[in-house]
Amino acid sequence: MSIIESQPTTPEESPGTVAREVETPPGLFRRMLRQKQAKIGIAMTGAVVLVAVIGPLLLPWATGYTSTEFSGRPFQPDGVFGTDNLGRDILSRFLDGGLRLLIYAALATGLGMILGSAAGMLAAYQGGTLDSIIMRGNDVLLALPQLVFALLAITVLGPQGWVLVTVIGITHAPRIARVTRSAASAVITEDFVRAAEMYAVPRWKILAKDVLPNITGPLMVELGLRMTYSIAAIASLSFLGLGLQPPTAGWGLMINENRIALTVQPWGVILPVLAIAVLTVGSNLITDSLARASATVEESK
Amino acid sequence: MMSMILRRLAISLVILLVVSMLVFVATLLLPGDPAQAILGQQATPERLAALREQMDLNDPVWQRYLTWLGGLFVGDFGVSAASGGSVGELLGERIAASLVLMGAAALISVPAGVVVGTYSAIRRGKAGDHAATGISLVLAALPEFVIGIALVTVFSTTVFSILPSVTMAPPGENVWDYPAQLILPVLTLVLVVMPYIIRMMRATMIEVLDSGHVEMARLKGVPERQVILRHALPHAVAPVAQVVAIQLAWLAGGIVVVEFLFRYPGVGQALVDAVTNRDVQVVQALSMLIAVLYIVVNLLADVVGILTNPKLRTEGAR
Repeated sequence: MSIIESQPTTPEESPGTVAREVETPPGLFRRMLRQKQAKIGIAMTGAVVLVAVIGPLLLPWATGYTSTEFSGRPFQPDGVFGTDNLGRDILSRFLDGGLRLLIYAALATGLGMILGSAAGMLAAYQGGTLDSIIMRGNDVLLALPQLVFALLAITVLGPQGWVLVTVIGITHAPRIARVTRSAASAVITEDFVRAAEMYAVPRWKILAKDVLPNITGPLMVELGLRMTYSIAAIASLSFLGLGLQPPTAGWGLMINENRIALTVQPWGVILPVLAIAVLTVGSNLITDSLARASATVEESK
Repeated sequence: MMSMILRRLAISLVILLVVSMLVFVATLLLPGDPAQAILGQQATPERLAALREQMDLNDPVWQRYLTWLGGLFVGDFGVSAASGGSVGELLGERIAASLVLMGAAALISVPAGVVVGTYSAIRRGKAGDHAATGISLVLAALPEFVIGIALVTVFSTTVFSILPSVTMAPPGENVWDYPAQLILPVLTLVLVVMPYIIRMMRATMIEVLDSGHVEMARLKGVPERQVILRHALPHAVAPVAQVVAIQLAWLAGGIVVVEFLFRYPGVGQALVDAVTNRDVQVVQALSMLIAVLYIVVNLLADVVGILTNPKLRTEGAR
């Protein structure tokens, strides 16, 4: 956090510019939080994350059922929201199904951010052949739609958790690399990078200590965007029956299982759909206000 | 400028070739034997050997790759492991059905997006603009199946039941003979694609409306309507064309989920079925098909970008 907070205070500030330092705009996050839509976004995302995290713990107390236990009474109005296609308690499955989605999405996003920002910074810093190899590799990965790429991998490797995380992470990477490269190429011409080079600081250290802290703005925006897309991608694949596999409880899978009975027992579809909708809209609101905050920071530089 | 376009074309071809290698190599990673998969566990060794010979499985990898790649050009997509039939036959009608869906979605969303985006930009800061921006922000975040399910819930099951939620054309008839069945799938795609066009259109229009030449036109007394149609809109075409193309390319992948949701007999539905059955030949063929579409649309976007950008016209190839 401290890295990000200090982002707008650019290193070019010398002791002589105290007057300007007073006017230094607040950090990226505080700028973001000033916007109403960021607060709404955080509230929405927070609510769903809370349900997803606390949900599994509440199971015995709230419903008395586990998420995979079934009574063989499909589509009955038992319990608060009734039972699903195999007679399992809908509320139980709903409470149990969110955390897995969030963890997978976070892992996929994390993987994509690491691969993408490393490749992007390296391409920007190194230039030349390595740059063109990385960027051409990106072009190839970008030539297949993300979902099709994921489906190809699932065909070959089967619908397993690590396959989902890896393939979504990898398909995020080129998109993140492009943003990182363009942001980093503005930074690497700065004098402090030259200075570090003169002291023979190792390349990875320059990238991690000098370049990375100065491109956190665009990277945070990218992080939010990719998180939204990861959630959508994993939920979509589960919805297609190719992500999380039964009997695991998952929001995407629940929608797939229960949509045939939308008229009889709508809660099995409506609860997970609402949760995914609130989650993605919330994270998109946060991302949007992050982008605005980042843009105003850029302007004030 | 011509050389830039040619260069871009060459790059696209190379990318396509690399993608085809990637798609082909994917099959080699698959455990098991395609011949075994088609014939099943009870197949006799003689029949297996015969089929392996017939499918050229005994040839070296590079030769199989070239045969497969050559087959793609003449419309020979191989044999489906799940049905045993020719992949090309399976896909013929589905391609047309998917193109109808995508075409209809594009024809509605592009003009609608441009109009709403322009309106939003003109009425900047007013209630109409806030509504349009807010709604497009929400829609842009939602996964396509969430939008689709919401539409199904509202229009065909729980609230009103006025529109069919699944596509059911009798065999031998075309899906587009039943326009009512097309409404919800097309509407879903439109709602997914439109927000991006609206946002880009709005941002570009605001920039153009603030520029000197629009102010000049206003100051010399050109009617506002003409200022927007003749002086502002043409300048917004290039950046918006890029976004439109990206969205159209996205449709190539986005139809997968939407077709599955509405049981629409198109390419996307076939792809999901093939992945479920691990029917590699079909997945390969469809991935290549979608990749070609995706690359062609992106290429067109770049060409439009090059043609409409006066800076690129003189700068020469990068």
